[in-house]
Amino acid sequence: MLIDLTLCMGCNACQAACKEENHLSPNEEKNLSLTAYTALNKYSDVYVRRLCQHCDVPTCVSVCPVGALVKQGDGPVAYDADKCIGCRYCLQACPYHVPKYEWSSTKPRIQKCRFCAPRLAKGQLPACAEACPVGATLFGDRDELLLEAARRLGAEPTKYVPRIYGKDDVGGTSMFYLSSVPFEQLGFDSRLGRVPLPMLTMSALSKVPNVLSVGGVVLGGIWWITNRRTEVAAFEAAEKKGETPRPEEKP
Amino acid sequence: MKIRLLPRITGWQAISTTLILAGTLAAIARFTYGLGATTNLTDEFPWGLWIGFDFLGIGLAASGFTIVAAVNIFHAKEYEPIVRPAILTAFIGYLLVVLVLIIDLGRPDHFWHPLVMWNPHSVMCEISWCLMLYTSVLSLEFAPIILEKVKITWPIKWIHAISLPLMIVGVLLSTLHQSSFGSLYLIVPNRLHALWYTPLLPVLFFISCIASGIAMILLESLILSRGGRELLSTHLRANLAKIIAITLAVYFVVRVEDLLARGALHELTTLTYYSVAFYTELLVGFVVPFALLLSERIRTSRLGLYSATLMVLAGFAFNRMNTAITGLEVYPTQTYFPSLIEIFIMLGITALGFTVFSYVVKYLPIFEAVEEAGPQVQQEAATGRPEPIYLTRDDGGMESS
Repeated sequence: MLIDLTLCMGCNACQAACKEENHLSPNEEKNLSLTAYTALNKYSDVYVRRLCQHCDVPTCVSVCPVGALVKQGDGPVAYDADKCIGCRYCLQACPYHVPKYEWSSTKPRIQKCRFCAPRLAKGQLPACAEACPVGATLFGDRDELLLEAARRLGAEPTKYVPRIYGKDDVGGTSMFYLSSVPFEQLGFDSRLGRVPLPMLTMSALSKVPNVLSVGGVVLGGIWWITNRRTEVAAFEAAEKKGETPRPEEKP
Repeated sequence: MKIRLLPRITGWQAISTTLILAGTLAAIARFTYGLGATTNLTDEFPWGLWIGFDFLGIGLAASGFTIVAAVNIFHAKEYEPIVRPAILTAFIGYLLVVLVLIIDLGRPDHFWHPLVMWNPHSVMCEISWCLMLYTSVLSLEFAPIILEKVKITWPIKWIHAISLPLMIVGVLLSTLHQSSFGSLYLIVPNRLHALWYTPLLPVLFFISCIASGIAMILLESLILSRGGRELLSTHLRANLAKIIAITLAVYFVVRVEDLLARGALHELTTLTYYSVAFYTELLVGFVVPFALLLSERIRTSRLGLYSATLMVLAGFAFNRMNTAITGLEVYPTQTYFPSLIEIFIMLGITALGFTVFSYVVKYLPIFEAVEEAGPQVQQEAATGRPEPIYLTRDDGGMESS
């Protein structure tokens, strides 16, 4: 989805539609929560719509030990509460602070935007995109929307800051933003690079097979050498005593 | 003569019983009311004291692989007397960590899921597997001690036959997951403070666990060597202390070099919430004990070793808690302090560990190896401490709780 912050006028229709679609309490909320999968954050006169970015290489999917989070081919990052063990690594790791946890429950789950996966399957638009009266949220094919975003940047270079946020941030996301104000001033984390965060972990995890194989051989080798040394020492000591066992008697 | 129908109740037993009871009540509350009502964990701070405690427990249990490797793979046979205490420490440490993890999980009833649902990209998945496999290895390494006691000898031969590969696998699994506790945080470069976030986290976690593991076993051997029995000779204790000092030095160099390379040293030029935490950790746990252990006199004195090892352990605890908590706080807007229930569960589990340790030491042949080493014991007895053997040993074990 392409979210053009210059068009958004803060009517909150997206949140209302989202809440209706997901059967959540209909009160207006200013921040993401268990009952608000999307929310508008106001920065002077700019509204920034928060929701799960449905990353192309999702951090949450990579950290989940049991694969309860899955990136589906057509975009959505889906969650399976039946698999979830509640380790909360996804909350810790998500670069956008999206998943919210049912802390008050004794069988807690996470809650977040589902990208209206059931609607997409039926060929419908996500509820928020359908509800937006000014077209600030556009739904479509990722490549086509990127072309559209680039076209807008090219047509009005003075209106926009020259950046499509989400095009390749943390490896690219399903949501991208256009803005007239630098993104750093709108609560977007400037410390996130372009490399998908799971790569940082893979640099360590990919060494695991090597540690196992090389480490096993090295430790085995050390054992053999030190063991041999003890054997030889024992043999020589025995030899000195004069009760020399014949070499072939040695095991 | 006193008739010993009832066990003598010591101050330590009273304290630990109270802590275990309080911890049990806190755990009941946690399972009845859920995490939200009983902990200070939030969406912004989903991991807290318990994760830090896991790091701590696993780090203190590191002697389980370092001593086993030293004695049985590197054939440093003179350390044989502390192999069993080391394995016992590791075994208890790991079981307690598993217990804390289950309490910490939002869905404890799903704790077995990592067994059947894999995600090879997840550090957490690797950790769960290492944890399960290494705890199994430890139970096999520990089993002969129980089997000896109950005089079932046939499985011992069987375990002995696979002992070499078992030990090697144990050492490798420990290496992997001691370091992967550090890898857990590789994925939060945007959250963890620059003084702690580094691609070298797994390496640093591994190096520091060697020091903490040996410090723990050294401290134990000091405590358990009271009453005239020396578990290790002064000379061997000094050697272990030397290894700790070398490890601390290596750690310090890697840590500072890394800060320098990442350009994070400037964080230390001003006194902030974070730099104070960093200085505390580095001075208490690394610089001061290193300086102390440089001196031969301290390495050979009980009091010196007590202080140095306690400082190493305290600094290690600081380091793990700083990584797990302080470094993730956004001071002063977003901070975390554990709730009483979190603290009581942690204290209760600590007390449980020390209690189990003291009972196992009392009833199982953990120090058989020492008793075989006759001359040493006799020598100690000759140095003027009569009647050393029947002093209750559990008092010593409780000392550090």
